[in-house]
Amino acid sequence: MDNVAASPVLPEVREAMLPYLGEVFGNPQSLHDWGDGAREVVEGAREQVAALIGGVSEEVIFTSSGTEANNMAIKGLARARVEKGKHIVVSAIEHFSVLNSARTLQKEGFEVSLAPVDSNGTIDPAEVIKLVRPDTILVSVMHASGEVGTIQPVAEIAARLPKDGPLLHTDAVASAGNIPVSVKELGVHALSLAGNQFNGPRGSAALWVKRGVRLLPLLDGGIQEGGRRPGTEDVPAIAGLGKAAEIAIRDLDGRMKRLLDLRGMLIAGVLDKVEHSILTGHPVNRLPGYASFCLRFIEGEAILMLLNSHGVAAASGSACTSRALKASHVLLAMGINHELAQGSMLFTLGPDNNEEDVSYVLEKLPRVVDRLRQMSPLYSKYLKEQKG
Amino acid sequence: MPVYSEKVMQHFMSPHNVGEIADADGVGEIGNPVCGDMMTFYIKVKDNRIEDVKYKTFGCGAAIAVSSMVSDLVKGKTLEEALTVTPSMVAKELEGLPKNKMHCSNLGAQALRKAIKNYAINNKIDIPGLTDKEEPEEDEHACET
Repeated sequence: MDNVAASPVLPEVREAMLPYLGEVFGNPQSLHDWGDGAREVVEGAREQVAALIGGVSEEVIFTSSGTEANNMAIKGLARARVEKGKHIVVSAIEHFSVLNSARTLQKEGFEVSLAPVDSNGTIDPAEVIKLVRPDTILVSVMHASGEVGTIQPVAEIAARLPKDGPLLHTDAVASAGNIPVSVKELGVHALSLAGNQFNGPRGSAALWVKRGVRLLPLLDGGIQEGGRRPGTEDVPAIAGLGKAAEIAIRDLDGRMKRLLDLRGMLIAGVLDKVEHSILTGHPVNRLPGYASFCLRFIEGEAILMLLNSHGVAAASGSACTSRALKASHVLLAMGINHELAQGSMLFTLGPDNNEEDVSYVLEKLPRVVDRLRQMSPLYSKYLKEQKG
Repeated sequence: MPVYSEKVMQHFMSPHNVGEIADADGVGEIGNPVCGDMMTFYIKVKDNRIEDVKYKTFGCGAAIAVSSMVSDLVKGKTLEEALTVTPSMVAKELEGLPKNKMHCSNLGAQALRKAIKNYAINNKIDIPGLTDKEEPEEDEHACET
């Protein structure tokens, strides 16, 4: 139940990619039949991705990852507008590809303001608007959190931003393909998405940039992607992304309904069966497949290892789990303390999961938690305090 | 390649000597909620030997395996022998620890040291190099290796 780190590539997607790893090896820029074949699939995929988010195909730039799309948006949009101002606003819970891009811009002389979130992980539009100044050129607020699943009021922020004011970018990597996403309804100027978040291949992603909005490329090179993202196109990945987008449009309603049911069962079950557990993120306004918790007195990596020994894959935002040994900045920004953040758990449900899987987790998780609590000094302290 | 050695996994999956000793002769607690590991070691001492050792640990797989290994290494040993257990010895016995988890082995050795010191002070025993020395302050950033 760790579909967010990498979702299984659907067989249909794999089928759509295979020809471009084999007989159709042309370069889309080449003016011969082999090139034509590659060009056709790239342009077809561009239309499919545009359709997924309600955009126009010429506005879609293919990238290698959501990280690249976010880097390109933050740095590329800000650097293109530097004569208008050097202030940008991002939320405190953005992905590191946004936060660290903003940090890079700081070193170039930009000023960055961080918009806070509430305890549900929701960004308050009023807080964002408060931070906007006359020299603010870019605001970036994610569409949904990849860690706690909270869906953000992007459209409301867009509506309240001054006209002809800053550009608005949204990182929709966690949401695109998983819930309806419309660039028009969101009112944004740029949007990042990644295929591996909706059963497309890794290495397939895109940045959508509204027509007429200037963007400086991260890489200098040739004319691919209108010169905004030079480098020979990764045709198989793009073909896979297009197919995944097409399937997401076709299956979205059914998929969402299924995941909502499973998620409801998982959340209710964990809160009921595991004492001292809290749901993290917004209770209702969250991505369909996301069930995230903090389980008190125990640490996430140990939980993951024991769950793994039962064949259950999940994720955690604990310090020990991360290579950097830092607790999730998202949970800390939500006001969750270090100790509680250590016990964070994230289950992300996907198309392969069913009720049986959820029942199995609900059977195993309480035992895993109990076992770790039995050896936790924090738990024994708590029990002693309860006894007075 | 798996993150942890087989030995770490064995100790994590079936840790030895978990628990508390209600009438412990020495208790040593060490913890750092920021990097997320806390350990409490309990020792029972008879004739200068660690007759029994138990612990409770809040932390990752490495922290739990380290606690288990430390308890194995010192059970039945004299206090002097137990004090020779170093973090690198613990890591070596566990067939290595990932680089970013080496601090866990420090915590295990430190928690045990604190328990022995606690015993020595309670019983007015001088152990050169332990009771005559201030323990180093716990490093808030110990986890950021």
